[in-house]
Amino acid sequence: MRRGVVGLVGVTVLALAACSTVADPDPPTASGSLSGELVVLAAASLQETFTEIGDHMMAADPALDVQFSFAGSSTLAQQLLAGAPADVIATASAATMQSAAAATEKPVEFTSNVVVIAVPKGNPAGVTGLADFADPDLRTAVCAPQVPCGAAAAAVFEAAGVVATPDTYERDVKATLMKVAMGEVDAGIVYRTDVAAAADDVDGVEVPEAEDAATTYLIATARHAPHSPAASAFVEMVLSAEGQAILADAGFGAR
Amino acid sequence: MLAIVAVAFLIGPFAALVARAPWSRLGGLLVDGPALDALWLSLRTATAATAVCLVLGVPLARVLARSTTAGQRLLRAVVTMPLVLPPVVGGVALLALLGRRGVLGRLLEAWFGTTIAFTTGAVVIAEAFVALPFLVLSVEGALRSADVRYEAAAEVLGASPWYVLRRVTLPLAAPGIAGGAVLCFARALGEFGATITFAGSFPGVTQTMPLAIYLAMEQQPDAAVALSLLLIGMSLAVLVGLRSRWFSGLAGATR
Repeated sequence: MRRGVVGLVGVTVLALAACSTVADPDPPTASGSLSGELVVLAAASLQETFTEIGDHMMAADPALDVQFSFAGSSTLAQQLLAGAPADVIATASAATMQSAAAATEKPVEFTSNVVVIAVPKGNPAGVTGLADFADPDLRTAVCAPQVPCGAAAAAVFEAAGVVATPDTYERDVKATLMKVAMGEVDAGIVYRTDVAAAADDVDGVEVPEAEDAATTYLIATARHAPHSPAASAFVEMVLSAEGQAILADAGFGAR
Repeated sequence: MLAIVAVAFLIGPFAALVARAPWSRLGGLLVDGPALDALWLSLRTATAATAVCLVLGVPLARVLARSTTAGQRLLRAVVTMPLVLPPVVGGVALLALLGRRGVLGRLLEAWFGTTIAFTTGAVVIAEAFVALPFLVLSVEGALRSADVRYEAAAEVLGASPWYVLRRVTLPLAAPGIAGGAVLCFARALGEFGATITFAGSFPGVTQTMPLAIYLAMEQQPDAAVALSLLLIGMSLAVLVGLRSRWFSGLAGATR
């Protein structure tokens, strides 16, 4: 039902956009010129920052409604390939963006992130580094190797020469974070930005090896974006000084 | 006519899945990954969960069927709660009770030094939690439709309550119990949300078929389809096999 409505809105917007391009030759990014509904698929780790960027855009263009769908990058890539009526996709790895290449315009790198060890507030188990993930007495969680945060975790374990023995492979980074925040595990591998976002419940332990295994975030407009002027404007906003400052505040790295 | 639409509605998705299955590589995909471990784990946990549901659910169904107080209506609402609750919420609720920092889980760890989350036992608990209503409602229906005069007659003839339960009540409700157990097993076999939230996901320990399918979908949709076919085939075999065996056996026993 929801998807039907979004699709219908998308079609309407497309028709309107087709009319307005003839009548209104203004550049699409001019403030106040964007309207309709923009659908952005974004990696789970972008939830806080993209929501803020969307709020800024909607404040500048009151007629614009930016909708987000946050999930694991691989899931989003699959949804776009399957014809989800989305305008923009942002993934947490080059590999996942590559897998959706058939449905996107050329992607651009827009930020980077490194993994850290998240521990419950106060670090009750005294976790100090990656080696603790090989301790069978500690409860640990990492993302499944199929999702970007799991691939990044595997890369840092390999760089550190640690054979990790996690108790669970979580489906995305927010699920791993939740297990840490609830105290169900003593430590988990998440992104630096996730620790910053959940600072009330978790502490972070930096991982020296992580800098070499930084993950790159890419953004692209969908090839058949129902609302392409707003889609391009969103990508430009993310790449702008304002968008980059929001990302940097949340702990994301430079692009 | 509408019945045909209903059948098409139910069978269509499965037919499409079968059509896109990578038949030539099916064997390799199934033997390759964690498929057999996951299937074996699923069968064991779903069987255990069904046993738990039978032990706990039949007495509860009897209470529901035989009382007519206002409390009974409230009780039935409570029983149906796992049906309407998103399973992920059920998983969070189980963590809140039995997790390491949960109300009961904290005591378990303090007194016995054991924790439940991330064990195969946690999978059984999660599955039993979501499957119990299917058994209870099914058995309650059977008990309600059974004629209470048989029980009354047995009592008048001097049978003890235990004897009445064993030789009159339960045999009368047997088809309902069998049907409920089959539904309960099927629900447990397909359980995803509560399991991944409460029990986590580790191959061979807590990663049941639905979890393995979800993770495979992230990277190898073909493998996910192959696993899905295996799960569907297994469920059908179990459901059809159990149904015919139990029902024919019961028909003989009650005669």
